[in-house]
Amino acid sequence: MTPLQGCLLVSALLFSIGLAGAVTRRNAILALVGIELMLNAANLNFIAFWRYGPNPEALSGMMVVIFSIAIAAAEAAVGLALIIAIYRHYRTVNLDEIKNLKG
Amino acid sequence: MSLPFIIIAVVTLFAAAAAMSLRNLVHCALSLVVALAGLAALYLALDAQFVGFAQILVYIGAVAILIVFAVLLTRSDATPNQAILAPGWFTGMVVSAAVFATLGWAALNSTGLPIQMPPAPLTTVKNIGDLLMTRYVLPLEVIGLLLTAALIGAVIIAMRDDAPGTANTKIEDGRLKMEKPVLPSSPGGVS
Repeated sequence: MTPLQGCLLVSALLFSIGLAGAVTRRNAILALVGIELMLNAANLNFIAFWRYGPNPEALSGMMVVIFSIAIAAAEAAVGLALIIAIYRHYRTVNLDEIKNLKG
Repeated sequence: MSLPFIIIAVVTLFAAAAAMSLRNLVHCALSLVVALAGLAALYLALDAQFVGFAQILVYIGAVAILIVFAVLLTRSDATPNQAILAPGWFTGMVVSAAVFATLGWAALNSTGLPIQMPPAPLTTVKNIGDLLMTRYVLPLEVIGLLLTAALIGAVIIAMRDDAPGTANTKIEDGRLKMEKPVLPSSPGGVS
């Protein structure tokens, strides 16, 4: 197994862990944490391909990751604000108890 | 694959699994911090210093703190005594395992992947800043706009739209009524 394949395997495992947490946990905050883990797995892929790729001095993968980190920060802020608003309305953050579209 | 890479990867993956499987949400947030720090170490090992430090600043400094705040604000910091897995969790586990099998198979069986690490490129902050100001200036502006919009949107969403106890509102039989603000009478006015 080459080092690049090691990075890709770690990234795939991290993505699967995040996906499993995002779809199986009841708590909405942990679903958001799972999404963050999946985004980070994608970032690791970008960095690995940038480093082992043929033209690393163009810094393209690094730029994508910098922008991706900024977008992930915005996503976390909006997502947690939504969770707080939902908690204020339903008094719960368990995803399977939030069933009503019309509160 | 070097030994430091394996150690960092194992720590990161265990911390991520703990962040997704522990019962107490505060413990989950702390495990997430360890996983994100491990990822930052992986970036540093791959010669992406700027991204590694940005990861530490943004994720550990901001996102993890934000998650802890959300945990405490939604009063879910106590260990839950009911089920922590949603109904239908088995299907989710199967789907995740299938996703990992597909990704792992693709990573292990693809041909033509580069094997040797090319010599380390020059990734000084000056280079990154030059690129951000020349070739990537449009994405940079768009990201700035997006962050502004997300900031305003998050504040508006999380803002209490019926703030009780403020100066101009009062609650009457469960409903909220706005009162006109009482203007102070001007001294020496019309009597």
